[in-house]
Amino acid sequence: MNDLNNQIPTSTVDDIYAESGHWHVNTGEEKIHAKRMGGKWRNLKWWSNSFWLLFFLGPYLRWDDRQAVLFDIPNRQFHIFGATILPQDFWMLALLLLFFAILLAVVTAVAGRVWCGFFCFQTVWTDIYTWLEEKFEGGPQKRRKLDAAPWTFQKIKVKTQKHALWLLVAFLTGVSFVAWFQDSFTLWGELVRFEAGMASTVFIGMFIAGTYVLAGFLREQACLWLCPYARIQGVMIDKSTILPTYDFVRGEPRGRIKKNQKEEDRTTGDCVDCNQCVAVCPTGVDIRHGQQEGCITCALCIDACDAVMEKVGRPTGLIRYESLEGLETGHSVPLHKRGRVWVYSAILTFALSGIVYGLSTLGAIDLKVLHDRQPLFVMQSDGSIQNKYTLKVLNKLSDDVKIMVIAEGPEGLKMTGSEDGFNARHGNVTPRTVFVRVPQSSLTAESMPIKFTITTSKGTEVFSSSRESVFIGPAR
Amino acid sequence: MADEKNPFPGENNTGHIWDDNIRELDNPVPRWWMVGFWASVLWWVAYGILYPMIPLGEDSTKGVLGWTQIGEYNDGVAEVQAVRAKFEDQIAGMTPAEILADDGLSGYATASARVLFGDNCQACHGAGGQGGPGYPVLADDNWLYGGTIEAITQTITSGRQGIMVAHGATLSDQEIDTLAQYTVDLSQGQANEAGAELYQTKGCFACHGPDAKGLQIMGSANLTDAIWRFNEDDKLASAKYTIKHGVNAANDPMTREAVMPAFSARLSDNDIKKLAVYVHKLGGGQ
Repeated sequence: MNDLNNQIPTSTVDDIYAESGHWHVNTGEEKIHAKRMGGKWRNLKWWSNSFWLLFFLGPYLRWDDRQAVLFDIPNRQFHIFGATILPQDFWMLALLLLFFAILLAVVTAVAGRVWCGFFCFQTVWTDIYTWLEEKFEGGPQKRRKLDAAPWTFQKIKVKTQKHALWLLVAFLTGVSFVAWFQDSFTLWGELVRFEAGMASTVFIGMFIAGTYVLAGFLREQACLWLCPYARIQGVMIDKSTILPTYDFVRGEPRGRIKKNQKEEDRTTGDCVDCNQCVAVCPTGVDIRHGQQEGCITCALCIDACDAVMEKVGRPTGLIRYESLEGLETGHSVPLHKRGRVWVYSAILTFALSGIVYGLSTLGAIDLKVLHDRQPLFVMQSDGSIQNKYTLKVLNKLSDDVKIMVIAEGPEGLKMTGSEDGFNARHGNVTPRTVFVRVPQSSLTAESMPIKFTITTSKGTEVFSSSRESVFIGPAR
Repeated sequence: MADEKNPFPGENNTGHIWDDNIRELDNPVPRWWMVGFWASVLWWVAYGILYPMIPLGEDSTKGVLGWTQIGEYNDGVAEVQAVRAKFEDQIAGMTPAEILADDGLSGYATASARVLFGDNCQACHGAGGQGGPGYPVLADDNWLYGGTIEAITQTITSGRQGIMVAHGATLSDQEIDTLAQYTVDLSQGQANEAGAELYQTKGCFACHGPDAKGLQIMGSANLTDAIWRFNEDDKLASAKYTIKHGVNAANDPMTREAVMPAFSARLSDNDIKKLAVYVHKLGGGQ
């Protein structure tokens, strides 16, 4: 203890105590009623919120005679506009996940928790829920008062209306989610007639409960205590990352405006200690303590501060998007000189080009060849050797097609079993058994290469797929 | 033990005390345990009412749900049969040739008959119809009794029994050697005039045909092709043995046995049709 006391000067310890004094962590005992203010970032937030309209409206887009984007799990096929993706193509999903994981990393490294602040469903749905709340119950003061007030008819009426609308939003959220996985119009038909299937009903129910509880009650507590991404993104931020930052150089020491004091005589910094930045914060943090885990970088405090600065006639930007480095040294490292940006971009490019390659080479038909193992070969009466193969034809086209097969291999081979071609069902694997016969004289090795090629045509387009296999004869 | 003698009064012990201070308490079991216990009892009673439970000699109580194991099994079988019915009903009204010509049905027949083949045919003919020592290959194009779908159906239904007289008593060893060599030469496409002459004079053509290509109507072997019915590894010795002892020859205990049992009594008509399609598609159907 003596050592410790010697090492840390008393003044520093006092600072630590002072800091821990206002190092307040809200664990839900205090309900956050954030004030809503207009402004540049608030407007941007509406735009980023409306990104989620895609989620609600997407399922009603049509393509040809089906839903444009449909994740058809029972039939194991994903339709994305013109493309149909079958389980065989799922390696692309890995690249897609990689792409979004790195996108999250690069965006966070450059501009902080943009996902959390502007796009995350928790933020957006909470924003919509509190917006509805304000419509019925009024601003933060009125809401606090109403919460504390005894239950009157008026209170019950207001609360009922709010919760009913919340539940409606939750219901639409659930239906919209399920509509990506089954035809949206059929789903609504089933819902109206109370005939929705077990899976749909369970999922809609789960989404109603989840949305209502998370956006209506848990709110910022989900970001603080439930969400792993909040923590993961925290460690992706470095000193070069631009974030909503309080300019303590300009702002401190903060102090209230004194009446009749002339601007020249002012000894305090630009911060007027009006607490508006705290009042508007949806997670209830004080940005003036610097970047912290509760901050989702939604930038609403910037709007609040700018509005006040304008009112008191001081320059705006006391709270602004700025890196810690920029604040301390006055200049930031440009993007192209940051190694992380380059590494992230390289991975993004790799993942994206993989997906583009995958999508552009999505074969319309695909062939797999299984050589029969028992028996490996059969001798025929003329002494020739016959091998049996099972061709597995995957048809990703939207119609059944006729498949023609040719085989190339040892001289004099004859293939039987698909003389007139065969029908391959769409979205399915069709097996076909063929026999290949080769004269003894052509067999120069126990195992010889053979190549099967299938072709089909749809309209004027011709599709083909090849696969190599082996032709096996007697040991020699 | 009276309380006044109890050294630990008022703590609800049973009075059983060992080593002065180790005693047995009489505390009630925890409530959660009792709840579980009574729930189990209720479960037992409800189960006994709903399901078969108490043995009564040969029989048992039935339970009001009427559930039985065999009933559940039968339900499962019925479920499978309902799925198969649309195929099986069609197959019942079709000839094997018609089934073979129908892409969808022959696919079903093949998939379904794979199990039947494993149960009934595989032991002799091999899992893939590759045959075995003394048992014909089903995947090649050589058929003793014909490789059409009708002939295969007939073979499965009624069985087959090969027949060849034992010539050990009527032919000299040298003649047998000549004829055996002749068959080997035939299968390899080589001329053997002495053998050809003996083949004619000894009447072999009566069964194997004037061109030695066999007669399917009798099930006699084609001697000119590359396929050896009994022993491929030593063709000459195999031919000598067969000529000397015959096939299924009643008077020769060393004769070769070649019997295919009839399956009409064991398999349903539908199963036989499916099997015929399966065998026809093994590689050699004609």
